[in-house]
Amino acid sequence: MGGGVPRKEDPNLVTGRANWTDNIKLPGMLHFALLRSPFAHAKVTNLDVSGALEQPGVVAAFTGEDLADEWPGGVVCAATVTDDQKTPFHPPIVTDEVKYMGDVVAVVVATDRYKAQDALEFVEVDYEPLDVVVDMETALEEGAPLVHEDLGTNECFSMPMEVGDVDDAFNRADVVVKEHYIQQRLIPNAIEPRATVALQDPGHDGYVVYTATQVPHLAKIVLSLSTGIPENQIRVVAPDVGGGFGSKLNVYREEILALVLTKKLGVPIKWVEDRSENYQATIHGRGQIQDIELAATNEGRILGMKVKLLDDMGAYLQLLTPVIAPSGAAMYPGVYTFDAFSIEIKGVFTNLTPTDAYRGAGRPEAAYACERIIDALARELDMDPAEVRRKNFYEPFDEPTDTPGGLQYDSMNMQAAMDRVMELADYEGLRREQQQRRENNDPVQLGIGFSAYTEICGLGPSQALAGLGIGGGGWEAANVRMLITGKVEVATGTSPHGQGHETTWSQITADALGVTPDDVVVLHGDTAVVPFGRDTYGSRSLAVGGIAVHLACEKVVDKAKKLAAHMLEAAEDDIEFEGGTFSVAGSPDQNVTIQDVGAAAYMAADVPEGMEPGLNEQMIFDPPNFTFPFGAHICVMEVDTETGKAYVRDYFAVDDCGPVINPTIVDGQLHGGLAQGIAQALYEGAIYDEDGNLMTGSMVDYMIPGAPELPNFTLDRTVTPSPSNPLGVKGVGEAGTIGAPPAVINAIIDALSPYGVKHMDMPALPMRVWNAIQDAQGNGAASGEYDAAFGSREADVRQEGRSEDQ
Amino acid sequence: MIPVAFDYEVAESVDHAIQLLGQHGEDAKLIAGGHSLIPIMRLRLAAPSVLIDLDRLEDLRYVRDEGEHLAIGALTRHRDVHNNELVQEHCGIVGYTAGLLGDPSVQHRGTIGGTLAHGDPAGDMPAVIAALEGTLVVQGPNGERTVSASDFFQDYLFTDLEPDEVVKEVRVPKLGPDTGWSYKKFSRRSQDWAIVGVAAVVEKSNGNIDSARIGLTSMGSTPIRASAVEEALSGASPDGVAEAANSADEGTEPATDDAASAEFRKHLARVWTRRAVEEALNR
Repeated sequence: MGGGVPRKEDPNLVTGRANWTDNIKLPGMLHFALLRSPFAHAKVTNLDVSGALEQPGVVAAFTGEDLADEWPGGVVCAATVTDDQKTPFHPPIVTDEVKYMGDVVAVVVATDRYKAQDALEFVEVDYEPLDVVVDMETALEEGAPLVHEDLGTNECFSMPMEVGDVDDAFNRADVVVKEHYIQQRLIPNAIEPRATVALQDPGHDGYVVYTATQVPHLAKIVLSLSTGIPENQIRVVAPDVGGGFGSKLNVYREEILALVLTKKLGVPIKWVEDRSENYQATIHGRGQIQDIELAATNEGRILGMKVKLLDDMGAYLQLLTPVIAPSGAAMYPGVYTFDAFSIEIKGVFTNLTPTDAYRGAGRPEAAYACERIIDALARELDMDPAEVRRKNFYEPFDEPTDTPGGLQYDSMNMQAAMDRVMELADYEGLRREQQQRRENNDPVQLGIGFSAYTEICGLGPSQALAGLGIGGGGWEAANVRMLITGKVEVATGTSPHGQGHETTWSQITADALGVTPDDVVVLHGDTAVVPFGRDTYGSRSLAVGGIAVHLACEKVVDKAKKLAAHMLEAAEDDIEFEGGTFSVAGSPDQNVTIQDVGAAAYMAADVPEGMEPGLNEQMIFDPPNFTFPFGAHICVMEVDTETGKAYVRDYFAVDDCGPVINPTIVDGQLHGGLAQGIAQALYEGAIYDEDGNLMTGSMVDYMIPGAPELPNFTLDRTVTPSPSNPLGVKGVGEAGTIGAPPAVINAIIDALSPYGVKHMDMPALPMRVWNAIQDAQGNGAASGEYDAAFGSREADVRQEGRSEDQ
Repeated sequence: MIPVAFDYEVAESVDHAIQLLGQHGEDAKLIAGGHSLIPIMRLRLAAPSVLIDLDRLEDLRYVRDEGEHLAIGALTRHRDVHNNELVQEHCGIVGYTAGLLGDPSVQHRGTIGGTLAHGDPAGDMPAVIAALEGTLVVQGPNGERTVSASDFFQDYLFTDLEPDEVVKEVRVPKLGPDTGWSYKKFSRRSQDWAIVGVAAVVEKSNGNIDSARIGLTSMGSTPIRASAVEEALSGASPDGVAEAANSADEGTEPATDDAASAEFRKHLARVWTRRAVEEALNR
């Protein structure tokens, strides 16, 4: 462990030999295409699929009514955050009313995908458009159009939480800063779109579902709950999966349909999402409105924080929709220690695509609000933003420590991360350059932005998760078996989709057993092959699943040691194990390799009395606490004040995810995460018009940045082990998406502060930046129309009133 | 992302392409690199019943020195235009622009004739050819004719090309040692269409500007010339550039969309024209 061994997965992935779901071709397989609603809200007044049935290659076509009996559970939401949460029935195909653009009205099954798609044009359907609600504030107003008429409200839930005496903290404060932030909707763009192949298991009662998912185990349960098919008749396989970022932490209507259609038609059924469907019908991320207040002393010491949050559910609840904001709630205080914190979260239905987990899922939103408002506090007090942060950091600790959010952070040393990032960036030098540019009236100004974050990983302790409203346990399972030939199989309940578990789990195993990583094969993603597990999301895999592998290896070694002692005719206490060899203490010549021990265990000709044959151990690890990686980032922006173009010149990130097993993989996670974080800050955002039409329906309009838009990242690490698990590891998958957005936006505001700019919404695309300069200079640019598209028309107005409570 | 079914024909020669166009009528579309047409077909925004593929007409891939001008075969790919030594030596602005439009896959597949025939005012090359006062050679059933760039681009995605005509060649002037040039593109991401682009071709004499030609991308329904700027720059000293550039948006009618308002585009045209002319003066 600790070495940057090349990823085992890569040769197949980069030479076109990966086993994507879309590569699966089975005899007699049919394909389906879905007729999706062009309206955000409408009654279906007439629907006739018979025209499609007459088209070439079409085998079947169904309406929602035709299939309603097949999905008693509908599309399942597995999260309940309050007792009175409203969870509307979510049919895979609607029967009377469409509730967002992309909602499904009918399905056509044909001999190939092209024929199915063409035949959709022959389904006869009439819509009667209904009033549409696209923004959360309107949705909560009296008399607003209702997404679900029968619920009588657009409020899905309301969840308050308070720790400490918040009113008292605000009464005692010298200063109060108030800010209003928009977390725009983001569209996940996994390189592999969703795809599913379902078939009747040949020779068995039951079904096999190949699907591009992060969660094969969850899918098995949820598909059973949706369809009523017994869980033990569903086998789910996640083949090679090309990214997810949370979007494949879900079980979608298309997966239910594939299963139901193979049940009905008896042949294998395939569905492959196209990119347009990806944009409309795969979950979106973020979608929050944040009102946050910070109470502090004149010296910059934080006394308390208040947050009011609106979270956009979209039209339905997907698997975890309502729990995304609550799961980030406790993280708003971030890396700062103070006593009083309150948050109120309202979940709101709108006629838009459902939201759910997207890389960070609640934590990027929390870190953004916290790191933005601490900069606002620094401006208010005319202090250096680094200084305000340092005043409020926890003293370094390595044992669980209570937080204002009601959690226990595991270990932290923000001072070390902050020192290192400021040294790496040459902070003083950057400030000098900034000063020079200001004095020279350089049209391109320099901005320096900080973020200091922590996040919650290693999901998780089962009891704590149940308290959050996520049932079903957070533990993870591993099975490690030394084979009779001396090779090793590791079966894990985690389900990688780009993270490199095959490599990292091999390294963990190789270290523990004294074999080479090449001796190890990692099995994953097939519910018939691996022990039941909890899959991969939320940077849980290493800190829970990797630990299960490590502990299962220790069990293997413990048993092998007993057998080795027996073989060497020595006392077990005298046996030493190093580099794959058991030897007798003081007599290194008396030894036996773990492979020999393994063979003997399987032969079972001579094992100690009572020992089971074989060398095959299972471990389930339920962690005592979450893990809390942390870090400090500095973003250096160049902002062209004449054009509004903001460009990341340099990005310095010092992240602490505990001990690192594979530095190449960790750096890769950071590069990708930072790119996605910068993407939210500068480029991406789903835009809807007032009728609920998605205006950013393709990669032409939705601004995913490419390499030219990104800097060379300068990365470094500090290492603070976690007490939550025996390897001390914390997780790193979301560090970049959490750390980057506030660092980028703080840097832009820093660059433009001489112009009077105090606020910037995301994404900070050129026109928005230029408009902000014009507005701050009193030039009255017509920025309203553009900002309204992102739902933040009032942001600047509110910003101006932010110190009224002082 | 699944197009409507279509037929596919391979043109063996320009004459054959013209014959196929005549045979299939207005539902037929020519395809070369395909990087404009295929994406809109996949979105079902275009559904031609027949595609006529020009991409095997190797004899339309060339760059020739023809004395006063360079002749560039219509099917020359952007990357090959960019890398061509004659282009680099005699008309650097065309080579430079061919190397920044779209992204690498567009540059390796797309052709100079294709991007001009597409007539997208947000494309980079049309404004460059307009500023160069280049000409296009087109062929139809009745033979060849040449069209000036200013006559060729007529409206949004609409050119002077008849339904049965094919663009064969693009002619651009060879620029002398006293001619400076610049193409400045402003876009959100490097791969995007320009929000605004400015092509400047400046004749210098004794440190002053003799004359200048300015082409604007994305400032109207066709690539347009900033004639007010050109007039103001005629005989001007470098000190007069900033002032002259302030009229870059005169007579333009840019669109408002998610990327930029018309007002912002006009502002960018002024800033970018100033910067482009300054860069041209120093090149």
